[in-house]
Amino acid sequence: MKSYEFKKDEAFIKGKVIKLGDNIDTDIIYPGKYLSLLSPDEIKKHALEGVDPSFPLRIRPNDVIVAGKNFGCGSSRSQAVTCLKYAGISAIVAVSFARIFFRNSINQGLPVIVSRDAYQKLDDRAPIYIDLLKGIIKSNKTVINFSPLPDFLLNIILQGGLVPYTKEILKGNINK
Amino acid sequence: MGFTFAEKLLAIKASKSEVHAGEIVTVSPDRLMSLSASTGIVINLFYELGVKKVKNPSKIVLILDHEVPAQSIIDANGHKMVREFAREQGITHFFDIGEGICHQLMVEKGLVSPGELLLGKDSHTTTHGALGAFATPIDATEMACLWATDKTWLRVPDSIKINLKGKFKPAVFAKDLILKIIGTISSDGATYMSVEFQGEGVSQLSISDRMTVANMSVEMGAKNSVFFVDKITKNFMKRFDKKEYQAIYPDQDAHYERVLDVDINELTPQIACPHSVDNVKKVEEVEGINIDQVFIGSCTNGRLEDIAIAAKILKGKKVHPYVRLIIGPASKEIEIAAMRKGFLETLLQAGAIIIPPGCGPCFGAHSGILGDGERAIATTNRNFKGRMGNPKSKVFLASPATAAASAIQGKISDPRRFFDEK
Repeated sequence: MKSYEFKKDEAFIKGKVIKLGDNIDTDIIYPGKYLSLLSPDEIKKHALEGVDPSFPLRIRPNDVIVAGKNFGCGSSRSQAVTCLKYAGISAIVAVSFARIFFRNSINQGLPVIVSRDAYQKLDDRAPIYIDLLKGIIKSNKTVINFSPLPDFLLNIILQGGLVPYTKEILKGNINK
Repeated sequence: MGFTFAEKLLAIKASKSEVHAGEIVTVSPDRLMSLSASTGIVINLFYELGVKKVKNPSKIVLILDHEVPAQSIIDANGHKMVREFAREQGITHFFDIGEGICHQLMVEKGLVSPGELLLGKDSHTTTHGALGAFATPIDATEMACLWATDKTWLRVPDSIKINLKGKFKPAVFAKDLILKIIGTISSDGATYMSVEFQGEGVSQLSISDRMTVANMSVEMGAKNSVFFVDKITKNFMKRFDKKEYQAIYPDQDAHYERVLDVDINELTPQIACPHSVDNVKKVEEVEGINIDQVFIGSCTNGRLEDIAIAAKILKGKKVHPYVRLIIGPASKEIEIAAMRKGFLETLLQAGAIIIPPGCGPCFGAHSGILGDGERAIATTNRNFKGRMGNPKSKVFLASPATAAASAIQGKISDPRRFFDEK
């Protein structure tokens, strides 16, 4: 499962909500005992296993996590993002993010959105539509506005993450 | 308006006359630390970039510390990959299993100095603020790109000032101090912030104490935390020959988002209860809860001072028959010193198990996984659900003194009963 590939000048996501609570930590997202696994296809099998061991099987392609405050607190393990991205998660919306997880997500090209309204208004399994550039989340019931990421960070996400972005820098296509 | 430590240091690293909180700057770090078998992910991503050689091998430090010795074929293959990479790339700052935990080794080996910018692939990289460095964690993706380009961006953080005053009472330690602060600020109260520790109370904190405090600052969301260079830092740095470094201090009129005053005179032994680091109580409030395992070790509290306190409390006594006591020195150097001073023998006689320097029990990989329904007291830094390997267990975080006292009693115990009032 690859993440979204965005076209130039547009970045839309369509998926269903997976609702989670506050302080979803990195040990819940990706337990420490799997830290030596290197392949994303192995890593994805343990996404959110700490919430419930059957969780990885319940994630559907393009699902969007909608969570409370301090999402991703704890470790700097990159696998906490890798597991979600490769399991099919297309974006994470939260009231707030822990710093390392936020940076980690951008670096791996997984869109992160800060919104208190989304957490209050969106129900579990609701189909939603997100416009990353305009800062809009739509569901059948509501329209929520959010501040889009600064262009510099959005650009890393639209390239697919820091590795493809850096490849372009090394080729001289982006002036850093 | 003056400048904070973060603004001053990042201005230097970005080669600018001044930078302000909120600004994004491009920097070239002084040191890049990567660790454990999961460095294999960094290596794979590095080669995916299409680059053959790391840009600056002398900046890179590789340490195998999380799975020590290898617990599985997967670990062993990860270790092998990192060893081979270090050889191929001419990375001389490589430390194999058994040498110690990354944060301890960086400080012991003189690989981090005041005024430096250190980026590390471990969340507890904040530890190195103990020496007056700006040290902050990054992920594997970014580490791979840094190996290739030697550059990255950082947002200049806002700052919080924590003023320490007063003196520690017997049986109260730096661990109690940082637990109290995290309980006050909460697990996201310092998110994205640079946390500066200031005030008259700082001068009683050893480098080991400062490492404990700086280490756990990430548990309140901090980007980095820092103790400024003083006599204690200067004295510590003397052990490294011809080491030059830059002491950076904030201006008196710098802007802080928040200022917190902490009176250490009032501090009593603290404990973080399951399942979050900011669920902090006084030990006396939860005394008497039965425990099954005690772990004294980790990058937070596995130093010689910590093992010394445990040995002092356990000397001539026995670990409760229903309790397993596991001791994990943070490095080989500490292990040897603890052996020479007789601490290890004292602890072994009392019933302890000594494990090799490493991270295993703390992050729930091996050497101390808990059974269903069991409770542990650990001197580590996290007590998230499942942290010590079993979501059906509970972890309490406390000082080595509280942990040792509890090991004897078989239940959570206030260590003050083991200390004479001065």
